[in-house]
Amino acid sequence: MIDIIEEQNKAQEHIKQQGLRVLVCAGTGCVANGSLKVIEKFKELGANVSALTDYDKMTIVPTGCHGFCEQGVLVIIPDKHVTYVKVKVEDVEEIFESHIKNGTPVERLLYKDPKTNEAIHKNDDINFYAKQTRTALKNCGKINAESLEEAISVRGYEALAKVITENNPDNVIDTITKSGLRGRGGGGFPTGMKWKFTAANRGGKSYVVCNGDEGDPGAFMDRSVMEGDPHKLLEGMAIAAFAIGADEGYIYVRAEYPLAIKRLRKAIADAEERHFLGENIMGSDFSFTLHIKEGAGAFVCGEETALIASIEGERGMPRPKPPFPANKGLFGRPTLINNVETLANVPLIILNGADWFASMGCDTSKGTKTFALTGEVNNTGLIEVPMGTTLRQIIFDIGGGIRGGKKFKAVQIGGPSGGCLTEEHLDISMDYDSLIKAGAMVGSGGLVVMAEDTCMVEVARFFMNFTKNESCGKCVPCREGTKNMLKILEKIVKGKGEMSDLDKLEELAHTVKDGSLCGLGKTAPNPVLSTLKYFKDEYIAHIKDHKCPAGVCSAMKKITINADLCKGCTKCARTCPVGAIEGTVKNPHKINQEKCIKCEACLNACPFKAISKE
Amino acid sequence: MTGSTVSIDFKTIDEILESCNYSKQYLIAMLQKVQEVYKYLPEEAMTYIGEKVDGLSPATVYGVATFYAQFSLEPKGKYEIKVCDGTACHVRGSMPVLNAIREKLNLKDNKITTDDGLFSLEIVSCLGACGLAPVCVINEKVYPQMTSDAISIVLDTLLKEERGN
Repeated sequence: MIDIIEEQNKAQEHIKQQGLRVLVCAGTGCVANGSLKVIEKFKELGANVSALTDYDKMTIVPTGCHGFCEQGVLVIIPDKHVTYVKVKVEDVEEIFESHIKNGTPVERLLYKDPKTNEAIHKNDDINFYAKQTRTALKNCGKINAESLEEAISVRGYEALAKVITENNPDNVIDTITKSGLRGRGGGGFPTGMKWKFTAANRGGKSYVVCNGDEGDPGAFMDRSVMEGDPHKLLEGMAIAAFAIGADEGYIYVRAEYPLAIKRLRKAIADAEERHFLGENIMGSDFSFTLHIKEGAGAFVCGEETALIASIEGERGMPRPKPPFPANKGLFGRPTLINNVETLANVPLIILNGADWFASMGCDTSKGTKTFALTGEVNNTGLIEVPMGTTLRQIIFDIGGGIRGGKKFKAVQIGGPSGGCLTEEHLDISMDYDSLIKAGAMVGSGGLVVMAEDTCMVEVARFFMNFTKNESCGKCVPCREGTKNMLKILEKIVKGKGEMSDLDKLEELAHTVKDGSLCGLGKTAPNPVLSTLKYFKDEYIAHIKDHKCPAGVCSAMKKITINADLCKGCTKCARTCPVGAIEGTVKNPHKINQEKCIKCEACLNACPFKAISKE
Repeated sequence: MTGSTVSIDFKTIDEILESCNYSKQYLIAMLQKVQEVYKYLPEEAMTYIGEKVDGLSPATVYGVATFYAQFSLEPKGKYEIKVCDGTACHVRGSMPVLNAIREKLNLKDNKITTDDGLFSLEIVSCLGACGLAPVCVINEKVYPQMTSDAISIVLDTLLKEERGN
C-alpha cells in the first residue's frame, strides 16, 4: 500500500523548491485573453535567476480558472499577497522589474473596487473573493492543473487512500448520506441515497458515470473544476466506485470543452502511472478504469438516461424511468451517475467529515454551491458560497452590483429549466427548496443578471427557442408544445400578439410540464411561467400598446437621427453593418427604416448624441 | 465550392473504424474523427460505416449524425466561425455581432458556408466563457468581448491574409 502522507510530504517539498510561485490563469477565459503569451514572457524573464533578490528561483504556474474571467489575464503572486488583473504581455516586464525584483507593486494593474475605484493591494480584500467560501473550487487557480504532484501537495488522493485503508464501503456511503450532500447538477437528489440504491446491486459489473455535459447556457462551474482541479474529480469518482463496488467509469464531457478534455486525459494518464487509478490502486485489490466520452452537442444529454444512450453510441434520447440507472443503466448494468461538482465534494467530505460539511449551508441544503455569475453585473465569474446565501449578497457584495449604474431587474437562475427572480426575491435564501417555492430552481447554478434594459418577453422567447431546438422529439408534448409556445412568443415580440395568446401560452405551458417524459420538457415552460407571473405587464405592453418597455424588441423600435444635432460626420454611415444610413459629408444623415436591423451600432458610434431610439 | 463533394478515401475510414474496434458503442467517436478529416460527414462515409460495423445500418448512422449539433452534413468553410448565443452572450449583445457577420460575408437566409468556401457560420449555445461575453470562436481561437465593429476587423484581417496567399 502506498503511504500517501509520505507522498504528500515529498510533493510539498517539491513545491518549496520552486521558489517564488507566480500563478498565471490558463483557463479558457484567460487563454482567450492571451495568457499563454504572458506565461511565455514570464518564463523568459524568470530564466535570469541572478535578477531575483529574495528568491533563488521563480516558477511560473499555469493554473485552472480562478473564476474571475472578466478580469483576465489574472496573475497572482501568493507570497506577495497580490492579484494583478487584465495583464497583457506588454505588462509582464514591468511586474517583473518593479514588483518581483524591487518589491514595488504595479499600482495600475491592481484590481479596482467598482464602487470606489480604489486599487486593492491585498488578495483577501477583494470582495469578489473575500465573501466566498471556496471548498469544491478551493484548488482551482492555486495549483498547476496539469501536475499530479501539485494535486498531491494539497491533499489530493488522501481521501481515496483513507477509504481504501479503512476498507468499509458502507461506511463511506453513510458518511456521504450524513453530510447531506445533494446532487449539484440540478435536481438536488440526495447523493448518499443514490449511492445506496446502486450499491444494493453490488456483486456484478457496475459503472460510475460522471455527468460533465454542462449544457445549461451561462453555467461553467463544471468546466472550471475539470480544467482547474481534474484530480479532485477523478478521486471523487474512484471513491464512489469503491463505495458501490464498480470497477469501470466514464466521464461524459461536452465537446465544446476541448481544454477540459485535454486536461482530464492527462490527469487520468498521470494517475494511472502512479497507481492512483487503474489496476490494483495504491497496491490494494481495488481496481477502477476510467474512460472519457466526448459529447457531440445535445443539451438533452445532460439528462441521465439520455446521457447513457449517448455513451452507448446512440441518439441521446431519454428512456422512461423506472428502471432507474441504479438498477439498469449503462449497457444494462447498475450505474451511478453524479455531476462533476457533486463528485468534487466527495473527497472533501471524506477528509473533513460529514459534520464539517453539514455545518455549512442551511436546513435542507448543506454545504456550498458554485454559481456562475454573468450578465449585467460588475464582477462576472465563478463563485462558491454556502447554501442559503441571499441573492442580494451574491449580486451586490460579491458581484459588485449592476454594471454602468443600471437598475437591477431580474436574475435568471438555472438556465432554460429555471425561472427568473425579481427584486422582491433578493433576500430569499438560495437553497433547493426555497427556490422551488419561488418558481425557480438551483439547477446547475447559472445566474444571469438582467438590468432594466432587458426585455423579459424576449428572454422568454430566447429560452423557448433554445428548448425547442434542443427537444429530442421523442414525446409529443415537448416536441410540439415548445414549438407552439415559441410561435406565440415570436408573435408577441413582433408586436402582433393578442390578449388571448397569454391564456393559450399558460395552458400550453402546463400541458408540456405535465406531459413530458424527461426533465427537459418538464422544466422547459419555467421561463415562460415565471416571466408571466412577475412581468405580465411587459407582455401586456407588447400586446396592447405595441411597445417594448425595455426598448429591445426591434419590431417595435425605431432609430432616428435628429437633423438638428447631426453634423454630417459620416461616422454612423461607416459604422452601420447593413448600409442603412444615407447622407453626404457635413449634411444631416437619415436612416432607411426598411434596411435598418436596429442593431444600435450607430447609436453608440455617434459623437454628437444625435441618434436616438424610441 | 459549396455542394461539391470530396472524394472519400476508404482506407482512412477503415483506419478510424479500426481505432474504434469496429464497435458500435464508439459510433459518435467515429463520426467525430471522420468530421475532423473532411470537416463534414460525407454521405458515402456514413453509409460505409453503417455497412461495415456490426449492429449498425446506414439509417442508424444517419440518425445519430443528424441528432447531434456538432455534426454537419454540409462542407464547412476553411474558417469555421462559431458565434456563442448562450444566455450571457445573448444578454450582452451577440445578435448584432451575428448580423454583422451575416452581412459582411453575405450569408443570407441561414446560409452556412460562403460561396468561396472560405467561411462557415454556426450559432452555438454557451462555450462556457461567459465572463468574456459576447464570444466568437474562429477555428478554436476565442475572440472575447466582440462587437459588430470588432468582428468586422477580425474578418477583414483574415480576408487580407487569404488574398495575400
